[in-house]
Amino acid sequence: MKSGWSSLWPRKSRKKALLVLPLLPELFVGSVVEAAGPGSVGHLDMLARSLRVLFLQDYNTRVVILGTMLLGMAAGVVGCFTLLRRRALIGDALSHATLPGVGLAFLLAPSMGLEPKSLPVLLCGAAISGAAGVAAILFIRNLPRMKEDAALGIVLSVFFGAGVALLSIVQQLPTGHSAGLESFIYGKTASMTSSDAWLIGIAGILSAGIPLLLFRQFQLLCFDEGFAASRGYPVVALDFLLMTTVVLVTIIGLQAVGLILMVALLVIPAAAARFWTNRLDQMVVIAAMKGSIAGLTGSAISAIFPDVPSGAVIVLVCSVLFFVAMILGQESGVLIRVFRRRTLRLAMDREHLLRGIFELCEEHSTTSSPTDRKLAVTVVSLLKLRTWTQGQLTRQIRKSITEGLVWRKADGAIELTGKGRAEAERLVHHHRLWELYLITHADVAASRVDQEADAVEHVLEPELIAQLEELLKKERFGREIPASPHPLESQPRGSATETPENTPAGQPANESGVPQ
Amino acid sequence: MNILSQWDWSYDGMIVLAGVLCAIAASLPGNFLVLRRISLLGDAVSHAVLPGLAAAFLITHSRSGVAVLVGAVAAGLLTAVLTEWIRDTGKVDEGASMGVVFTTLFALGLVMIVQAADSVDLDPGCVLYGVLEATPLDTVAFGTFEIPRVVIVLGSVVVMNAVFVSLFFKELLISSFDPGLATSEGFSARVLHYLLMILVAITAVASFEAAGNILVVAMFIVPPATAVLLTTRLSHMIVLSAGLAAASAVLGHLSALTIPALFGFRSTSTAGMMTLCSGLIFLVAALFSPQTGMIVTWIRRQRLAMRILSEDMIALLFRLEERLPKQSVQIDTLAQGLLTSRLRTRISVARQKFRGYLLVSADGVCLTETGRIAAAAVVRSHRLWESYLVTEGIDAELIHRQAEKLEHFTDRSLRDRLQKQGSKSEIDPHGSPIPEETDRQTTQE
Repeated sequence: MKSGWSSLWPRKSRKKALLVLPLLPELFVGSVVEAAGPGSVGHLDMLARSLRVLFLQDYNTRVVILGTMLLGMAAGVVGCFTLLRRRALIGDALSHATLPGVGLAFLLAPSMGLEPKSLPVLLCGAAISGAAGVAAILFIRNLPRMKEDAALGIVLSVFFGAGVALLSIVQQLPTGHSAGLESFIYGKTASMTSSDAWLIGIAGILSAGIPLLLFRQFQLLCFDEGFAASRGYPVVALDFLLMTTVVLVTIIGLQAVGLILMVALLVIPAAAARFWTNRLDQMVVIAAMKGSIAGLTGSAISAIFPDVPSGAVIVLVCSVLFFVAMILGQESGVLIRVFRRRTLRLAMDREHLLRGIFELCEEHSTTSSPTDRKLAVTVVSLLKLRTWTQGQLTRQIRKSITEGLVWRKADGAIELTGKGRAEAERLVHHHRLWELYLITHADVAASRVDQEADAVEHVLEPELIAQLEELLKKERFGREIPASPHPLESQPRGSATETPENTPAGQPANESGVPQ
Repeated sequence: MNILSQWDWSYDGMIVLAGVLCAIAASLPGNFLVLRRISLLGDAVSHAVLPGLAAAFLITHSRSGVAVLVGAVAAGLLTAVLTEWIRDTGKVDEGASMGVVFTTLFALGLVMIVQAADSVDLDPGCVLYGVLEATPLDTVAFGTFEIPRVVIVLGSVVVMNAVFVSLFFKELLISSFDPGLATSEGFSARVLHYLLMILVAITAVASFEAAGNILVVAMFIVPPATAVLLTTRLSHMIVLSAGLAAASAVLGHLSALTIPALFGFRSTSTAGMMTLCSGLIFLVAALFSPQTGMIVTWIRRQRLAMRILSEDMIALLFRLEERLPKQSVQIDTLAQGLLTSRLRTRISVARQKFRGYLLVSADGVCLTETGRIAAAAVVRSHRLWESYLVTEGIDAELIHRQAEKLEHFTDRSLRDRLQKQGSKSEIDPHGSPIPEETDRQTTQE
């Protein structure tokens, strides 16, 4: 029987579906929003503008869209690693940490004979203070009693405070006024120039390239830092490198699109991709796609409606993608988890019914001959077995009849069909194997194993069953059904005392249900 | 410092007072944010209140008053609820779900503000950067005193937070460390969490106007984190964090006035300097905290290493004397025998000479009578441990290394018990005699 966990997608077609499915909501969102532009507004100039945006006729639009796409892609890749490292908000901390560097660069550049407001100088300052922020995070994290979040928060606020103090001094400079420094904090996406886009491109490729080149090392770092260290990887250096790529992508993004958008691009696409897959390589690809699609859609919307700030729209598109992923996500989305839980519950109900009928038959049979065991059971006797209501039970019986597992005799009694019997035997086999395992290897009292096994029997994998069989082979007999190691629940108390020795090894093999 | 001679109590005093109140107000609930590992929630809430402010503004068309507070608190609470919801339903880690929520809300707020920008004057800058220096300008007459409005607002927030923390101290304590226990004790950890979030939102909003968001975000995190380094008791931690927050506010204003003057500038942002000062106080605590400070633990480790080296040295001299009495040993030979650098050996020799354990002559060093007694105690510990470990069935190859460690932490009473429990022999497993216990007080600790 196919287990409920994998029945939604057959294993083989799963991989293909994985690559297509994540794209769907993005395309959907993208096309709806872009189609809504010309359709709903209806003004001729709006239509013309939308068409120009859609066909990338404007040079400026082309640059902005390309830049934000590249940025989204790079941030998506880097974000995956920081997310798995449980440092999703490191982008927040480090983008605040760049501010004192910007202020210092502005203050000190004239004394070094440099133009204070030139972009490379400011970026250098930002990068240096970002790196200092990284070092500070690593320092604080290694202090006793300090947690990751406190390290991020301290670096964020103290560095930003220092930056505010520095900027307030910069504003007193007689020569240069600090106009333009603010855009480091808020960003002006729409005014991106082609040199900005080039810069984003190069830095984006660099910062996305480092994690891709060192994929194995970073993967190990994210999932098992201790193991990575024991294998001789330079963990601290790798950690520093990973955070440096965050600094790189952050300072480029900061001056292009602003602080909050940068945080959003680092966190949201990666977190959304996590819903679609459990594999890091696929997650990186999906996050990169999501990031670039958010950049594309966001800047396109902002180009069509000029009074909408593009940074904010890109964030909002990101969040829409996130919520779509959270609901529809194929690996851990809300719907799939509800579906899995439902499938499991249905399977459990069916398995309870089948095992109940089987055990009732087994108990009432006086001989061990298989023909006599084909006894029908009444609904009333089934009802006593466990805490199910009459309604639940009859519904489950009806369902099992349509599935061809049981059939109803003329007098209303229920009997297993051949198929149902095979299935029930398998279930009882699992149940009792687990009970025996608990008794012989986990020292659980025989009177308690029924409940424990009841909880576990539904999710036993075939591999585990094989292992259990192997383990219990000495005491048991191959694949046949072992006798129940405890009195069956509906049995009258008297019959339990007839066999005071309930230890499994004490029972003869021919009581075990199926003849050899 | 002619700058400070211009100090005006009705002006600077009020700025410092507002800063201190803001710092204390934030650090009180901040303790629980740090303990619950959601330090960044202060930052998240301070960004996420933007749509609340914008909505309140769009509805009432005024920039102050109850509506703004209500809007901001609603947005702050929404952040907390959404963060928790995404974390639970989406199985996303806390930081990530916070990141998703506050960036989204902030973007929403930005769009709302830009949409309203034609009719109103509300730019994000004035939400994020309140100016502490403007405190004395807006005053309310209070009898004969002119009290700044900000001081009254922040003062009442401090009172509110203090009352909340002291009323729910036990509940907050339990729910911060063990939410499951809190629920089994009969109060909802979740309700308490949301109460705390409301408090955080109110504190954040009240402080924005006064000091800008950076001061309040810092004071949520840095003073409590500093207090964590200094104490492990929650009650001490809360008091300490409030004190540290107040101290950094005072220091911050002083340095905002004086430090830029050293470089020929006028004063700088007070809020920024207060934040920086709290960071510096954290650094000092990280380095010098009596329990966990890096420098303190380093010094402690060095002293221990030196004590062990000294004990190893006199023990080595004692063993050499056993073979050849009354001999002197060169310092270089000692350094080689102890597998350590010449410098450390010299320092150790000087230390032991000062304590009267060693005699230093041109031939080298030798033990004094006091030194010999101390050395005998160390060697006795070592050999007793070896005998004991052998009777415990430890492999004879390993006992020396174990005894080498244990000898430094063995006092007189432990030695006596070892002698009783080990083999009663006078000879250790390697065939050397176990020295007799001397009755004079040894310096073993």
